[in-house]
Formats: sequence, structure tokens, C-alpha cells
Amino acid sequence: MAFEPKIIGFLCNWCSYTGADLAGVSRIKSAPNVRVIRTMCSGRVDPAFVLKAFQLGADGVIVMGCHLGDCHYQEGNYKTIRRIPFLKRLVKDFGIDPRRLRLEWVSASEGDRFAAIVNEMTEEIRNLGPLKLYAHNDIQQPVAHH
Amino acid sequence: MAKPKLALYWAASCGGCEIAVLDIHEKILDVANAFDIVFWPVALDFKYEDVRAMEDKSIDLCLFNGSIRNSENLEIAHLLRAKSKVLVAFGSCALEGGIPGLANLTTKEAIWNYVYKESPSTVTKNGGTFPQTHTMMPEGAIEIPEMWETVKALDQVVDVEYYVPGCPPQPERIWAVMEHIISGKPLPPKGSILGATDKTCCDECPRERKEKKLKKFFRPYEIQPDPNECLLDQGIVCMGPATRSGCDALCTKANMPCRGCYGPPPNVVDQGAKMVSALSSVIDAQDPQEIESILDQIADPMGTFYRFSLAHSILRRVEKL
Repeated sequence: MAFEPKIIGFLCNWCSYTGADLAGVSRIKSAPNVRVIRTMCSGRVDPAFVLKAFQLGADGVIVMGCHLGDCHYQEGNYKTIRRIPFLKRLVKDFGIDPRRLRLEWVSASEGDRFAAIVNEMTEEIRNLGPLKLYAHNDIQQPVAHH
Repeated sequence: MAKPKLALYWAASCGGCEIAVLDIHEKILDVANAFDIVFWPVALDFKYEDVRAMEDKSIDLCLFNGSIRNSENLEIAHLLRAKSKVLVAFGSCALEGGIPGLANLTTKEAIWNYVYKESPSTVTKNGGTFPQTHTMMPEGAIEIPEMWETVKALDQVVDVEYYVPGCPPQPERIWAVMEHIISGKPLPPKGSILGATDKTCCDECPRERKEKKLKKFFRPYEIQPDPNECLLDQGIVCMGPATRSGCDALCTKANMPCRGCYGPPPNVVDQGAKMVSALSSVIDAQDPQEIESILDQIADPMGTFYRFSLAHSILRRVEKL
């Protein structure tokens, strides 16, 4: 069976999730490989979510938010524009190809842009192949202490 | 009535946790009075055979420090787990891998090649002499433990009742834990972190914190930090925001940034990821190129953010490439 990438997409509620929805109602064809998780803002995406996604079997992770200056919460995406590139460095140091983590700005009207990004990323991850991690083999998951 | 039995053991450890226990000074006599110390390799002459001969669950309290690096560490972790009622992951190494956990940034092969072959002071013959787990000598076989590929924290190999963080744990906190047990007061819920509190190190730090807008990072030697101002405010990477409180902020009081030895704060799984998040919030830049040049100023993010907690992080180790 051919490899089908599993990509987790963290989409902000106001712009990118709406943009994805627009792609849907406009019947734009796109690859089904991005599994969308809606957050209120791209700034909500904790780096731990991304690492957790990789640990649980994602081959790629994409974070989408509003264009700079358009954040519904004014400054959330400014934190994202630092957080994700910073996390990319860590991901690379862990030995994961940094192309597996992507940050894109998609507005509510950019349904076609959403579809194009999904298609492009799916192909790129397909070429990179499935992600195999040490953390996949070790069943015990880290637990946060209280 | 028989005194409760106490055991202390060191796995992949530097011995600092044992010194910390002795640093309770004269209170060690109270400990010796209250407990029957049945196993403490660094201090008392007991052997593994003595532990094997004990009844299961006959050790009331076992303070296990050090991480799991080799087969001996693993074997004794399982042995002490079977013989102990309460097993405590004592110190950063047992809690989250500690400094030995940094070996997860590389591979066993790379470590051995460097240590036994390529280091500048090593003279090698025949391509290097590497340790063998089993060597036949005329007198018989010599066996040494096998080094595992990946360093693990104690709770990644056995079930653990409590955790005491710190590199090493503060003696006052150690004494508080011992005293609690001696007093016979009810024990906290399983899985609790003892000897620490539930905020971040920043909460205990006396320095003045203002709104952070960082455009530049410095290494501690590059500037003379103001003793009253927050170190992170001044551009020195301090792990305080991503580290559990309980140590009284001893390092920042001594003009050195927090290194993160008490592990992640409550409800945080991955200390390194949290620090990335925290620093990203306060870096004052919006242009991608400016952001990259500011991030370039942080030397060694992996070693700084995961200095003690790599083995216990979400990804645990660097992938072998």
C-alpha cells in the first residue's frame, strides 16, 4: 500500500479555519491528508503540541494563522512567527527534517491558497517518507506532574 | 517496634545527591536513629546479595538517584522496586534523566568512538580498544554491564511512588521529606513531587521583573549583569520561567541564570518546548530575518533548554541519522 502522509494541521479559528472551510464549500479539490485541529489563535499552538503530534505518529505538522496585522487578538500571530521558526530549529536538532514543520498565513478568503498549501505539503511529505522516531517504540508517554 | 528500613542507591549518578543527604549535617544522626539503613553503597558496606535476600516490599523507603544508563542500573532498579514499599526518584537524574540524559543528543557509537579512539589524548592500537561485556581470562570470565543506547529516567523503567527534584535536591527539602516520613503523617498521593513547590523559579527569585522586550541575547560571561534586575530582562537566557520552584532561586541569587534542574513546572510535560514558547513571547521582533538573527544568538538551545530533562521530554532523544 502506498504511503499516505498523516499531517496534523493547527488552524486558527478566525482566518485559516474559515479559509479551509471556504475551500470546502467552493468544492476545491485537495489532498485529504491534513487532519485539522482548530485553535482560537495560531499563538495558542504550544510547541509541545507539535512535538506530541510527531510522537503520536504525524509525518508532518502545519500551523496556519492570520496574516500579520490581521490577528483577531492583535498580537497572537506575532508570537507564532517567533515560536514556530524557533521550534523548527529544535526539531532539526532532534534529527527530524525541518520541512516536516511548516507555518503559513491563510486568510478567510484564501480557500484556493489553503488547498494549494495542503496539496504541496502532502507531496513534500510523501517524498520525505514516513517519520520514524525512537519515541514511537517506547510506549510509555511522558506525564505532567502536579 | 522495628525501625522503618531505608535504602539509598546510585545508578548513573555523580554522587551529589548522596552528598546532599549528608548535607543535612547533624540531622543525619536523627535519620540514623529513626531508620534502619539497609543498603547505601556509597556509605555502608552492603552488597547486592543482601538486597536479593530481603523480603519483597521489606524496604520502607528507597531513595534512588541517578538515571538508567546501563544493564546494571536497570537490574538494580527492578530489584529495588521489588524490595521497596516506597520508591522515590531522588534528584534530577532519576526524575528526568539529568545530565547523563544529554547523552541522548548523540549515539552510543559516537560516544565510544570519541572516548576510546578519537579523543586527542587517546593512543589507540589496532583501531581502538572497546569495552566488552564478557571477557575470558585464564581465571574465568569478567563481566561488565552493557551500556544502553538511550538514557532513561527511573519512571521509564519501573513504577515510582514519589519524585524529589533538584541537582541536587536542597538539604532542607530532603530533611523535610525525611521528617514527614518519621512523623508518621499520611503520605501524599502517589506520583507527587516532594521537596518542591508548584510555581516557577521566577516566583522565588528576588530580582525585579519588568515587561520583557528582548532584541539581543548574551552569554553570562559577555556582560556584567545588574544584580537586582531579572537576568532574562538583561538578555541572559535563564530557565526560570520553565522550571519548577522549590530551590529558593539559589542560582539567580548568585548572579547565574537558572539551569532548570528542578524540571518542568506543574502540568508541563516538555521543559524545552515550554522554554521555546516562553522566549518566543518576549523576543521583540516581527521581521523573519531579524527573528532568525536574534535566535542565532542563543548558543546551544538543546543543551540549554533540555539540560536536565531530555530523557523525560516528549521526543526523549535525538534520532540516529
